[in-house]
Amino acid sequence: MLSYLARRILLSVAVVLTVIAALFAMMHAIPGDAVRTALGPRASEAMVEAYRVKMGLDQPVLVQIWRFFSTILQGDLGSDAISGVPVARIILAQLPDTLYLVAGAMVVAVVPGIWLGVMSATHRGSLFDRVTSVLSVSVMAVPSFVIAIYLLLIFAIHLSWFPAIGAGEGFADRLHRLVLPSVALGLAWIGYIARILRASMLEVMGENHIRTARAFGLSERRIMFDYVLRIALLPTITVLGMGIGQMLSGAVFAEIVFGRPGIGKLVYDSIAARNYPIVVGTLLVTTGFFVLVNLIADLLIAFLDPRVRNVVSR
Amino acid sequence: MSSAVDPATAAVVKKPRKARGAMRRLVSDPLGALGLGLIVVTVLAALAAGLLPHDPVKLNPMVRFAAPGAEHWLGTDNLGRDLFTRMLYGARIALVISIGATVASLLVGLLFGVLAGFGPRWLDSILLLLMDAMKSVPTVMLALVLITWTGPSLWAVVLVVVLVNGPTYARIVRTQVLALRNAEFIEAERALGAGFLRVASLHVVPNIIGPLLILAAMDIPIVVGIEAGLSFLGLGVRPPTPSWGTILFDGFSYIRDSIWMVVAGGLPIVITALGFTFLGEALRDTFDPKLAKR
Repeated sequence: MLSYLARRILLSVAVVLTVIAALFAMMHAIPGDAVRTALGPRASEAMVEAYRVKMGLDQPVLVQIWRFFSTILQGDLGSDAISGVPVARIILAQLPDTLYLVAGAMVVAVVPGIWLGVMSATHRGSLFDRVTSVLSVSVMAVPSFVIAIYLLLIFAIHLSWFPAIGAGEGFADRLHRLVLPSVALGLAWIGYIARILRASMLEVMGENHIRTARAFGLSERRIMFDYVLRIALLPTITVLGMGIGQMLSGAVFAEIVFGRPGIGKLVYDSIAARNYPIVVGTLLVTTGFFVLVNLIADLLIAFLDPRVRNVVSR
Repeated sequence: MSSAVDPATAAVVKKPRKARGAMRRLVSDPLGALGLGLIVVTVLAALAAGLLPHDPVKLNPMVRFAAPGAEHWLGTDNLGRDLFTRMLYGARIALVISIGATVASLLVGLLFGVLAGFGPRWLDSILLLLMDAMKSVPTVMLALVLITWTGPSLWAVVLVVVLVNGPTYARIVRTQVLALRNAEFIEAERALGAGFLRVASLHVVPNIIGPLLILAAMDIPIVVGIEAGLSFLGLGVRPPTPSWGTILFDGFSYIRDSIWMVVAGGLPIVITALGFTFLGEALRDTFDPKLAKR
């Protein structure tokens, strides 16, 4: 168990370091001079040289790599190219709004997803099962920004049930404005969760210990909830881990369509302004988050699933 | 005479019948037939785009936000351009990009998967780490950062798709190669003196290409979504070139003036995405039931 933990954590660290290294390589492979891009075409030779020294670009490449890694790993993501405010602080200020949205989308995805998955597994082959299966792949296929725009058109503009833009003030208003973006972001994941849960429930239902439980005369309801669902829910945790990570950056579409603040909106605006430090900083933060959530999901499974726990401890 | 048919000839004769049977099974699955139908509609739309009387990029300020009618079947956009024409031209971009980028991802995946599977242990470890790192960067962020550097273009969209899907295919190829590597027929081939390239191209690739193509077909909706999404953000196809994403963005900007732009941009994305998804599911069920358990 401990060696599994250590290996899994080590892999996550290696992945993050690789991403940082790839980022460094990419920044050095940019066509053209990064300094001139940052300062604009009218910068004098002296200004360029001063900026170069300030950014450490006059140092040997190895020194630059070392500085790049050490500053990032200390949580210093550089400062905004325009205002000079630390990037980490700007991102942290925007993060809560995106996290609310991701949480809302999770609620939208998990509750119906689990219900549909359980119902279609227990009614395998029925009309309900087949309709759910088609609907699941359908919502998974349609991109979230298309769903977001149609939700905006129907429920905010034509029916006026929800405000069209903004994150709102006060708890009730915020919650009200969170509904449409959450549905747009979470809808596809209903399909993912329903599908994976149905498949894993069917697998568990075919196992010997379930047959034994039946032979002992346990009620069907008890078998489903106490024996099948407990194990079958585990793969769903992996999907949720993936989901949270993808939603965090996929939120950019919902944030733009519904005019919400958040890190997606921040990146989108930064690209237009060619504000590289913010774009790179957000990539690092979302990637770190993604790796962390997946790590937690994997460890949670190792902890909860006696089969994995026993295999890895051997 | 008939009993002396050369086995190779028999295989050649037999093949079309087998393919026809599979095709019939595919179409007899209502969802597969629907998927195929939706894709045929999209392809026909892309082909027919040039036959329409209107110019997809010509401005016509006199007829802004026209409702659908005999002259403009889907109405006009904020600049008076014919939406039906733009929608059909958008199909060209969507199909060319999604199929081109998917083929590119497959080639990259095959190359790196075979390298990792056949190569020395250290190369395998490095490639695996790189694949894991690529998969750990959220798709949208990867696209945004990459395009900040390369600037918006169709090639940038293709690059994003290759970086997102390539590692997935490479991983699958690698696993298959590792499984095949020590198979008897491969060892026999090697004992006969076959080189790495010959074994890889004649024996390994044909063995894994089937399931890989099915997975790729199921990934096409994602690729269509990436192209449209990036174009929507102004990071893919540049205006005035008609892409479903740019049409949708114009529609979003003028959503209170007309709903027809949102229809012309969104509906074809939904149709194509559902078409490839349904067909992919049916293909998988028909040709590779083992995959269905994934």
